[in-house]
Amino acid sequence: MSTSFWVNGEQQTVDVDPSKPLLWVLREQLALTGTKFGCGIAQCGACTVHIDGQAMRSCVTPISRVEGRQVTTIEGLSSDDGELHPLQQAWIEHQVPQCGYCQAGQLMSASALLSNNPNPSDADIDAAMSGNICRCGMYGRIREAIKTTSVASATDEKLFYNVAGVDHV
Amino acid sequence: MSKLTRRAFITTGIVAGGGLVVGIAMRPGNQVKDLASKLGEGGEDLIHTYVKLDSDNVVTAIVPHSEMGQGVHTALGQMLAEELDADWSQVKVEEAPAIGEYASYSAGRRYLFAGVDFPNLVIPTVDGVMMRVADMLNLQITGGSMSVRTTGIMAMRIAGAATRELLQTAAADAWDVPVTEVTTENSHVVHAASNRREPYAAFATAVAEMTPSQTPTFKDPADYKIVGKYVPRRDIPAKVDGSAQFALDVRLPDMAYASVVRSPVPGGSVAAVDDAAARAIEGVVDVVVIPKSSVGGMLGETLSTEAVAVVADSYWTANRAVQALNITWSETGFESVSSDDIYAQFERDISAKTERETDRKAGETESAFASAARVLDADYHVPFLAHTCMEPLNATADVKSDSAEIWVGCQNPLGFRRDVASILGMDPENVTLNNHIMGGGFGRKARPDYAMQVALLSRAVGRPVQLIWSREEDVRQDFYRPAVQSRFRAAFDSDDNLIAWENTYTNKNEPIEAPLIPYSVPAQDIGYVSSPVHIPFGAWRSVDHSQHGFFTESFIDEAANAAGKDPYEFRAELLQNSPRHLAVLTRVAEEAQWSRPLPAGRGRGISLQESFGSLVAQVVEVTVADGQVAVDRVVAVIDPGLAVAPDGIAAQLESGIIYGLTAALHGEISIENGAVAQSNFDDYKSVRMNEAPLIETYVINSGHDIGGAGEPGTPGIAPALANAVFDATGLRIRQLPLGNFDLNYQAEESGVVG
Repeated sequence: MSTSFWVNGEQQTVDVDPSKPLLWVLREQLALTGTKFGCGIAQCGACTVHIDGQAMRSCVTPISRVEGRQVTTIEGLSSDDGELHPLQQAWIEHQVPQCGYCQAGQLMSASALLSNNPNPSDADIDAAMSGNICRCGMYGRIREAIKTTSVASATDEKLFYNVAGVDHV
Repeated sequence: MSKLTRRAFITTGIVAGGGLVVGIAMRPGNQVKDLASKLGEGGEDLIHTYVKLDSDNVVTAIVPHSEMGQGVHTALGQMLAEELDADWSQVKVEEAPAIGEYASYSAGRRYLFAGVDFPNLVIPTVDGVMMRVADMLNLQITGGSMSVRTTGIMAMRIAGAATRELLQTAAADAWDVPVTEVTTENSHVVHAASNRREPYAAFATAVAEMTPSQTPTFKDPADYKIVGKYVPRRDIPAKVDGSAQFALDVRLPDMAYASVVRSPVPGGSVAAVDDAAARAIEGVVDVVVIPKSSVGGMLGETLSTEAVAVVADSYWTANRAVQALNITWSETGFESVSSDDIYAQFERDISAKTERETDRKAGETESAFASAARVLDADYHVPFLAHTCMEPLNATADVKSDSAEIWVGCQNPLGFRRDVASILGMDPENVTLNNHIMGGGFGRKARPDYAMQVALLSRAVGRPVQLIWSREEDVRQDFYRPAVQSRFRAAFDSDDNLIAWENTYTNKNEPIEAPLIPYSVPAQDIGYVSSPVHIPFGAWRSVDHSQHGFFTESFIDEAANAAGKDPYEFRAELLQNSPRHLAVLTRVAEEAQWSRPLPAGRGRGISLQESFGSLVAQVVEVTVADGQVAVDRVVAVIDPGLAVAPDGIAAQLESGIIYGLTAALHGEISIENGAVAQSNFDDYKSVRMNEAPLIETYVINSGHDIGGAGEPGTPGIAPALANAVFDATGLRIRQLPLGNFDLNYQAEESGVVG
């Protein structure tokens, strides 16, 4: 059965079992390997992507659920001209990643947070980011990078780059 | 040790394209005939290359260590660039390939895997040092917090300094000026008097013909421009845009995917498989029983027990099919064993003291206890722990009839290549291993079982296969941090002085010094008993320090309390003869404002732990409310001798603390019916953002020998946390994880938890 949806602004049609999770369609059918497998049960957040601008766990999202919807992965987080998202820049500035495996998911959760709430409190950050495990334990740096971005870029329209993906359609 | 008769030399050479390489050559020495015969076939030289200088003046550091998040590639590059006086922006770092031309497998196999005590790091001569490095390169092990201490100190620094001296000499010859007038800066040689300045590359060919000094002169650390300074990590940009290539991201033409399952009870094999339901799932290619295999190595035997795998057109399909398998596993005899049984066995064996071995015996403990005014005793224990690297174990293989290629992220590329070749019955030279950055390692990815499995799978189905372990398999088929029990007795004289320390624990691994204490207690008797269990052992970040740090730094806190003294003051008094330890402890007390009063319900605890050549002291502040503990703040001070990459050290401390905090608060692999009861992050919990404390780190550059960074942050967090809970509540935590205890309830009952 075929499913059509948008990934990072490009329309994609795949012919797979409708219950196959989005994670494995991204990785296996579309070769978008930036989105990671960590647990398979929506516990670790490594597979986080945006679906219509909201952070979702792609490992438990059947492909049938994204029919006609806008999916953004880590490969689509930077702007079309290749300029890094302000959070990606902050991640480098704060030297956030160690092993880096969870960071695509962390960045997708953080970017969805700032899209919805450009000036989050510590409690907001806890609520939005506690679904993402980092076994290297870089939580302090992630928090600081989010705060730096929210302060420096509260009015930066790049933060709102593709809520609902409208600027790609 | 007779191995030191081998000779190693700094050498130069030219690579294709005209660039210069500097490295280490080991030649069969003529001093000891039988040793020489072990060093290679037919007079083979072992050449290890560390520096490459291209014609465009780019310097490449080639490092025999894998990157699992610890920043080792950047730190080792800094050490080379510093002594080479290189322009950091023109320095690249590459991981050494796992190939026979690069490090001699044959010498490694026969010479190094014969139970050699090789991490003896203090070797005073350059020749000896180089030989040690060559040994390490043959192994290509990344672990033991040793990369900077070995390859950094013994290869990068030396190769950098030797190369710089050669470049100065070559320029002096070409310019016909005294070599003493030639200086270096930013990858250029300079003669100020004649206003000449040329890039290093201009002399690469000339240098390749020269003989390097075997005793190059190092820079004064006061002149360092790159080592000890902040430099951004080289691997980070690719880790924020999804482009970093982990082994899981390998994509090959015609590649199938596989999932695997082994006996829930370790050691079980397949008695029967009903795979009808699995094979009926659309997309399933094959169901394969992977036979048991065993390989040796520096870390001891790795037994990869029998497994059943499903190969399919998608990992999702393969994993569903694995769950549809109906497998009968053979009886192992351990089917009724539980964690309680294991602890009861520890209790029995510690009490019996059968064949107790001694780590340290000092003074007269028996008479001290006999004459003591007071004796304090306590039993501690900790559970098994899994590693749960973020990236589940995975590997990809393409096995042909006479050759194989493997893609994997591992902590021992040459060892993995040897082991894969061994089970395929191939010559190692016919196995190509591509090592990737790892999504965490923590010791687990030094065990080759997952790479061995995928090699056999690819051979079985005759096409490339990517094997991915489910998180459930990752949790249930680990090589575990062992469960350990530790029994203490302390004796005090009538003035509350601690006069004797006795400790017996179960099952020793390494580092051997992990259970020792730095405190001057006149009589000490520290030892262990063997109490074997069927759960396989693995090195887990900081290895034996992970348990003994908790045990010893908790019990010394109990001793302080028994003596009626402040935990910091009590430790400090016992460290008067250990100024380096005392400095770290005092600094953490100052930075944490140790004497500042805390409101009711809050508490503060301290710990001190030396491990892997570094000293770490921590102060933890907690709030205990409604029976739950919240970790508010951690202050950590490390003395690593010299922080090569200060921000990297800070990051490793933060990381080690969170890793240890996860274990202290939540970490428990329990055994039920002989099997691991946990399965995924829902029942084997990890600290998350909402539980992560504020962490402050401080570095003391004491000038002592450089210590490790990857592990020393981990051992001290659990005791500092438990000591803080004691400070807040009066409850002494003697078992982990802390999350098992309702601190309110226990307070009413007994005043002692665990």
